Amino acid sequence: MIRLAVVSGKGGTGKTVLTGAIAHLCNRPRVMVDCDVDAANLELLLHPRILERKDFAGMEAACIDTTQCTACGICSDACRFDAIRIHGGDYAVETGRCEGCGVCRLICPAGAVSMQPRVCGEIFYSETRYGDLVHARLAPGAANSGLLVAEIKKIALSRNGDCDLMLIDGPPGIGCPLISTITGTDQVLVVTEPSVSALHDLERVVQVSRSLRTKVSVVINKHDLNPRISGTIREFCRREDLVFRGEIPYDESVMEAVRTARPVTEDTVPAAEAIHTIWDDMSHDLW
Amino acid sequence: MKIAVASGKGGTGKSMVAANLAFSLSVAEPVTLFDCDVEEPNLHLFFPEDQPEVSSVSILVPDVDPDRCTLCGECARFCAFGALVAARDRVLFFPLHCHSCGGCMVACPAGAIRETPRQIGTVTERSISPNLLLVTGTLNEGEVLGVKVIRAAKGRAGAESWIIFDASPGTSCPVVETLEGADFCILVTESTPFGLHDLALAYDVTLQKGIPSGVVVNRSDGRDDVVHRFCNEKNIPVLAVIPFERKIAEIQGSGDLIARRDPAWKDRFCAIGRACRSLMEGGA
Amino acid sequence: MILCIPSVGPDSGDSIDDRFGRAPYFIIYDTETDTITPHRNESAGGMGGVGLKAAQFLLNHGVDAVIAGRVGGNALEALKAGGIKVLLYQGKGTVKEAISGFLHGGLKEQE
Repeated sequence: MIRLAVVSGKGGTGKTVLTGAIAHLCNRPRVMVDCDVDAANLELLLHPRILERKDFAGMEAACIDTTQCTACGICSDACRFDAIRIHGGDYAVETGRCEGCGVCRLICPAGAVSMQPRVCGEIFYSETRYGDLVHARLAPGAANSGLLVAEIKKIALSRNGDCDLMLIDGPPGIGCPLISTITGTDQVLVVTEPSVSALHDLERVVQVSRSLRTKVSVVINKHDLNPRISGTIREFCRREDLVFRGEIPYDESVMEAVRTARPVTEDTVPAAEAIHTIWDDMSHDLW
Repeated sequence: MKIAVASGKGGTGKSMVAANLAFSLSVAEPVTLFDCDVEEPNLHLFFPEDQPEVSSVSILVPDVDPDRCTLCGECARFCAFGALVAARDRVLFFPLHCHSCGGCMVACPAGAIRETPRQIGTVTERSISPNLLLVTGTLNEGEVLGVKVIRAAKGRAGAESWIIFDASPGTSCPVVETLEGADFCILVTESTPFGLHDLALAYDVTLQKGIPSGVVVNRSDGRDDVVHRFCNEKNIPVLAVIPFERKIAEIQGSGDLIARRDPAWKDRFCAIGRACRSLMEGGA
Repeated sequence: MILCIPSVGPDSGDSIDDRFGRAPYFIIYDTETDTITPHRNESAGGMGGVGLKAAQFLLNHGVDAVIAGRVGGNALEALKAGGIKVLLYQGKGTVKEAISGFLHGGLKEQE
């Protein structure tokens, strides 16, 4: 099984649109994983039918048993995350702020604090026209998207391990969830656009991908919006010895396809043609 | 007035809105713009400036005294994040896993752990103009405690007329931290199903935090009915609709600001600022 | 010699789990007594640092070598500091097969 992650560094470069297109174009058995758990959009293009769902309890949070609590306040003073506050005489943990460190449990003289699993998201296993989709939703403000990403990849691997391709829609940014996404992949396809912010973020994504030892290839989306910066990006790829896969022109039909919730490659339009060429090139490389 | 600028998904043009808003308001009144996207700050790309003042952001991490340490392993057992491992002859510390909770120091029965500061990022101040200060929080690569850097950056806020917090996209921990203490939140979206889906998520966070919000639709091709319908249903004011124009994309893409190039845009962004203020004062 | 094999289940017929830190079980094999003892990996579903927690488990149990697909960065450092070898096993074998591979001297050490 080849594991391919489509990432972007900066958000909004067209990563999910490209992932949806690849899901459509690939003619081998494939499983899709939407690792952008904070804002999972791939489902808007693939129309999954949810087969199973389960809670994700990624973190533990402290819990105060008020029957044992003597309201001494030592836990509140010791908490570095300002997560224990007093409300009308009772100390309580604000689970949204709790880091799960366990200092309060350690320090409580009355043994009134315990650590409890905290449900902070949901995992879905679905089927789509192109193959199964493993996706998830993380509650706002919840940390640990990295763990959730690892979990959904694991599910895809164990249930669809016989597929030729694990196609991963990655999260934006370069933090923990991105690192978790890229770990164990064979190739990372970075979707960038010709703007100074995107170039800045491209450099950082490449750095992270390199340290995780995965092959990096780059695609420039909407390249004709700024030919000069597109040139700079191509030059960057050459200098850094990255595989430059191709360019996609700015095409209003992409917006159209997204509006009608379909992969853009279902139409014969300039962006779709460019993506066809890019995918042909990629699949020869991958297999 | 403290305005946070957030978005459900990335790439909606949140930074563009924050930067243009800050610039436009600063023509008449003092403004501080905070770049709270500490993993990938980019506002400085719109405001080139030569003499940034950089200060470091540190957290306290354990320092094990090998002479007092008995290798009992209590610190490693306690650490919920795997930052300490008791090997056969010494205790190993993995700083990127440390959340600076201070618990290992408490757990150690031999008093062998003290705390020492470790730098995880920086806060940079750039004086763009007499009326405009840009404060950028930057988290060092690989570090996980972005929230601490955001807090350190926001701590620089004073009594200026306008304080603008540019959040990272999405609804994660750092975004929630950025929104803390804001009087109003501008939610930037695009008129696509992706934008709407993620706008709903971001809007939920503002509700949870009890912060009134307004929407700016960016890169509009005139067909924003789904967004307007959503805003109508939820009673969220639409503050502005910025059309998609290649000219705008080119200017912003090259690191310039439309408000800097065109006084009409400066006026429009000032109007957005005033709308936020009156909505907040009207107790929306 | 004490060997550890990360596994998906507690039996020697179960497949080895190539994910080290997140394996649900650690099978401890003692070459001198030819005994196999399964242990649940309590940290498998943890928040972070699971590789390090796994390394701590191995250190606590006097393990000399662990058989794994690949061990990443920090955990590898912890294992090295404790003098624990990582022996690479590629493929989808069972715990029994991995032990057999080891006894026949066929496993390479990860650098």
